[in-house]
Amino acid sequence: MPLDFEKPLEEIESRIDELKKLNEKADVNFDTEISALERKLKSTSKRVYSKIGPWETVQIARHPERPLLRDYIQGLCSEFLELHGDRCFGDDQGIIGGFATLRQHRVMVIGHQKGKTIEENITANFGMASPDGYRKAMRLMNLAAKYKLPIISFIDTPGAYPGLEAEARGQAEAIARNLTEMSTLPVPVIVIVTGEGGSGGAIGIGVGNVVLMLSNAVYSVISPEGCATILWRDGDRAPEAAAALRITADDLKSLGVVDEIIPEPVGGAHRNADATIEAVGDAIVGQLRRLKKMSPKRLIDQRYDKYSKIGRFKKK
Amino acid sequence: MAWFKMSGRKQAETADSDLWTICPSCNAHIYKQEWETGLKVCPKCNYHARISCTERRDLLIDSGTWKEYAAHVTTSDPLDFSDAKGPYKEKAAAAKAKTGMKESVLTGDGKIGGIPVSMAIMDFRFLGGSLSGGCGEKITLTAEHAARHRWPFIIFSASGGARMHEGIVSLMQMAKTCAAIARLNNLGVPYISVLTDPTTGGVSASYAMMGDINIAEPRALIGFAGRRVIEQTIKQKLPDDFQTAEYLLEHGFIDHIVNRKDMKEFLHRVLQYGKRR
Ligand SMILES: [Zn+2]
Repeated sequence: MPLDFEKPLEEIESRIDELKKLNEKADVNFDTEISALERKLKSTSKRVYSKIGPWETVQIARHPERPLLRDYIQGLCSEFLELHGDRCFGDDQGIIGGFATLRQHRVMVIGHQKGKTIEENITANFGMASPDGYRKAMRLMNLAAKYKLPIISFIDTPGAYPGLEAEARGQAEAIARNLTEMSTLPVPVIVIVTGEGGSGGAIGIGVGNVVLMLSNAVYSVISPEGCATILWRDGDRAPEAAAALRITADDLKSLGVVDEIIPEPVGGAHRNADATIEAVGDAIVGQLRRLKKMSPKRLIDQRYDKYSKIGRFKKK
Repeated sequence: MAWFKMSGRKQAETADSDLWTICPSCNAHIYKQEWETGLKVCPKCNYHARISCTERRDLLIDSGTWKEYAAHVTTSDPLDFSDAKGPYKEKAAAAKAKTGMKESVLTGDGKIGGIPVSMAIMDFRFLGGSLSGGCGEKITLTAEHAARHRWPFIIFSASGGARMHEGIVSLMQMAKTCAAIARLNNLGVPYISVLTDPTTGGVSASYAMMGDINIAEPRALIGFAGRRVIEQTIKQKLPDDFQTAEYLLEHGFIDHIVNRKDMKEFLHRVLQYGKRR
């Protein structure tokens, strides 16, 4: 499923495929043509992806073929022992979590779950969690604190679920409690924004000692469409809002919100999932090695300082 | 998350003559003088109109005891943001001129019935009471000030949510302010949250819900997601009392609904239990 700006790549790719098929059948050999096209594909990729703006980044961040939480778990963890339920109401599928062994490190993994198929997405509510999801996540994080396990939190959500039941069961309270309790967790908390960082729904499991972000992920206080509807009175002006809101990884790093950008392979995570998953694994392990040396008190103080610096008032 | 338009609730000030105020809720005509002495609460239907941060302060703090804190903090423009109506800087400057405030919250300390407290009082007139970097900074600095003195901390919320003109910086204030509340909790310093009309979006999903005790004014709008967004998502109509203070009391998220005229006495009663001993 190519995005609009990816169409030139898609055309070259389908021609390569055609020639490869012909190669198998016919007596003629197209190897020279194929390698020429492959070179062209590489240079076109570089050109296309170096020119993308914030709105194109939003499209990539939401791409259905980007690796999802389950792909990261499968690719990086030799074991994943999923844990279920918030002990209050239910077992939300918008956020999942459990014990995991990630490249030999025993950790607690939590994160938003989107689906690949319509059915999966309906179960997971398109990655929009309910209060039960946030409460389950907090239960698992408190368990991680008890067992002294580092917490790895994967963020990929359009936002917290806006529904009648979600409000009745306290969506606001659930997120608020997570923000408060995450700030004093005595274990390392590594947050990775892998796709969409949707507002309160994202930060509700996103208070970390470090926040990592894939190079084509976005993280915003409001969706560009929502912002355009309110401030431009026209949802179609989302590309302008996307630029104004400064939601790309580079923007967030310069604003002090993101600590490390994980570069995606050329063409984006949706065109090379395996390399993306490996890069995320490398980044997590790098941070784990550093953070595991810090005492509980230092971890709590460092996390407090990280957030109190954001928006600190400086006299001009 | 960001603040949304409050439909059907006009500010009382705009719908009146010199003599009368028309209640925005029940349309009753009320003598201006009665409206003012009644603390902008409708004597017919008990509608609590929005009031400014200084009006609120004067209702609560013992006279002569107020000292403003973190008054130097003003709006910043971390994104260099502009929208269809022009630069955010100009919008912020207009809000400052209109309200005489430098940010959407007034912070300081004073006494309530002789008990010293730190307070943050949000003001909806300043860009919808939105949570910005400056607002989050003032609340955090004042919470830290309360922690140093072991003074109970009280926040009056009145906010449509995060200020989207400050993008991710405004979102991060939710985490920053909650971390400051967590420190009060660890020190055993009381924190009381009062939710007034409206308390929605990112403010409801951070410090406003985290009081040791959550109090609301009657019929205040309190909720996370906007009514219209929810209706569009679930494709059904919502109950009339949805996201009101009464609805939240019924669902277990606030402890009490307290009339404006009784607020000071109520806070004083609670503070007796949170005294250092
Ligand atoms: Zn009335």
